[in-house]
Amino acid sequence: MAKSNEVAILGVGMHPWGKWGRNFVEYGVHAIQAALDDAGLSWNDVDFLSAGETVRNGYPGYVAASSFSQAMGFRGIPIASCYAACASGSQAVEAARMRILAGMADVCVVAGADTTPKGFLAPAKGERTLDPDWLRFRLLGATNPTYFGLYARRRMDLYGATESDFARVKAKNSKVGATNPNARYRKVFTEDEVLASPLVADPLRLLEICATSDGGAALVLTSLDFARKHATDFVRIAGVSTVTPTFPNTLVDMPNFATDSAAGIAAPDRGFKDSIAHAAYEEAGIGPEDLSLAEVYDLSSALELDWYENIGLCKPGEAEKLLRAGDTTVGGRIPVNPSGGLGAFGEAVPAQAIAQVCELAWQLRGQAGERQVEGAKVGVTANQGLFGHGSSILCVK
Amino acid sequence: MAKNRVPAIDGWFTTGDEPRLIGLHDAGSGSYFFPKDVAIVRAPGHADAELREVELSRTGKLWSYTTNHYQPPEPFVSPDPFVPYTVAAVELTDERMVVLGQLDDGVDAGALEVGQAMELVLGTLYEDDENEYLVWKWRPAHPSDGSGAGGAEAA
Repeated sequence: MAKSNEVAILGVGMHPWGKWGRNFVEYGVHAIQAALDDAGLSWNDVDFLSAGETVRNGYPGYVAASSFSQAMGFRGIPIASCYAACASGSQAVEAARMRILAGMADVCVVAGADTTPKGFLAPAKGERTLDPDWLRFRLLGATNPTYFGLYARRRMDLYGATESDFARVKAKNSKVGATNPNARYRKVFTEDEVLASPLVADPLRLLEICATSDGGAALVLTSLDFARKHATDFVRIAGVSTVTPTFPNTLVDMPNFATDSAAGIAAPDRGFKDSIAHAAYEEAGIGPEDLSLAEVYDLSSALELDWYENIGLCKPGEAEKLLRAGDTTVGGRIPVNPSGGLGAFGEAVPAQAIAQVCELAWQLRGQAGERQVEGAKVGVTANQGLFGHGSSILCVK
Repeated sequence: MAKNRVPAIDGWFTTGDEPRLIGLHDAGSGSYFFPKDVAIVRAPGHADAELREVELSRTGKLWSYTTNHYQPPEPFVSPDPFVPYTVAAVELTDERMVVLGQLDDGVDAGALEVGQAMELVLGTLYEDDENEYLVWKWRPAHPSDGSGAGGAEAA
């Protein structure tokens, strides 16, 4: 008997990632229609729509759920727009799941889409002297890759990671990304090619830091009862984590100038990043040992290694061993980022956490083509949005 | 004519010979906070604490560092042409917190080692026709300074 807090993923859909330069709403609508077609349902069947917002497309982006609903054709249904930076998609999933579990909706659409400018993600304009996101650029020149570089350097010093390890992550993911029709970068890179690309935030190089992309992703979530009437076989969401840090958070996170102080109150046994997937495991009663695959947020190649430890695939300091043994390659013991990850997609912020779930659904259904993880039964996503947003979704077959 | 040397932001650091960052201390929870007026951070159960302005330790241990090779977007003010710069993360021993800052000009980032003793100095962030704008920076601690300087609290 299924657990009562499970919901079904009846449909998934994406608009391919790229740098298309069109209205983000077009990508969202494309993904929503693809997800509805995949579910065998129509827009008229939908009871509720939630969406990840984009802050880079003006007001229509802030009210993304409204923009998508209007473009699909307003039908009077309730909606919710969610923002949690890179974790926005998980909050949209959670809003829909809660509607379903409360018995207030049978069929929900969850969507996210973005159109991004070229170059570094930048703070809001103006003289924003009370905004840490503005101040970190002004006073430190601390871009997002600056933080990734700090984590990567720390890993090298603490655990003996090498620049080759980081390049190997990129090479591994580029191989599967090249076969993914929704990925933006479809080229296979060798470690040497990665190591020959220019340094961005030492020790990280251009090919190891995710780009910003246009793209869209959508899910059709339903109650299990509804799903059983409409399908014989479907993937379920068994756990959703949208945790925040516990004070004191001792890892310096974007956009902060400093960590919390552990001088008065001891740091929690389980740090913030370790707590993210843990909450999803706890809810589902499933552990990392049960996983067939994982989709993690590789904002940099080095960050993928941190996630191996954060989601419980290995102990701190052992990620390089997993990588070097080929365990996290498709065909290995526990493939990570079989979609190609952010390295192959680039980041379309409000769509990304949803896109991770699309990949899990395709993998668990056995529809992932050349990048298929054989016999996949359980998958987890992990993601973190700046300003303290955890995001993890556990899917089961 | 020499330019005026002015803080790039008011109230974040002292400007004497031994500059220090200015933070807040909550005696109830024993926690420190930096910077003081931006992201409002409190320990749970202490949201209404009375906070005292304090000067933080000016020494600590290098947690990590990275050199930026690409010019950041605005509001970063870049020299023309752009010059790569290093951002260091330093753990203040007494406050048990890691604070970011640029590495002082002229320090070779290639010679840094995680864990080494660092100290706070003031350096130029950018300049215009009239002023040189100062910000806190980190540099390897001079051996004679020692690394045990505590977080003296402002009176």
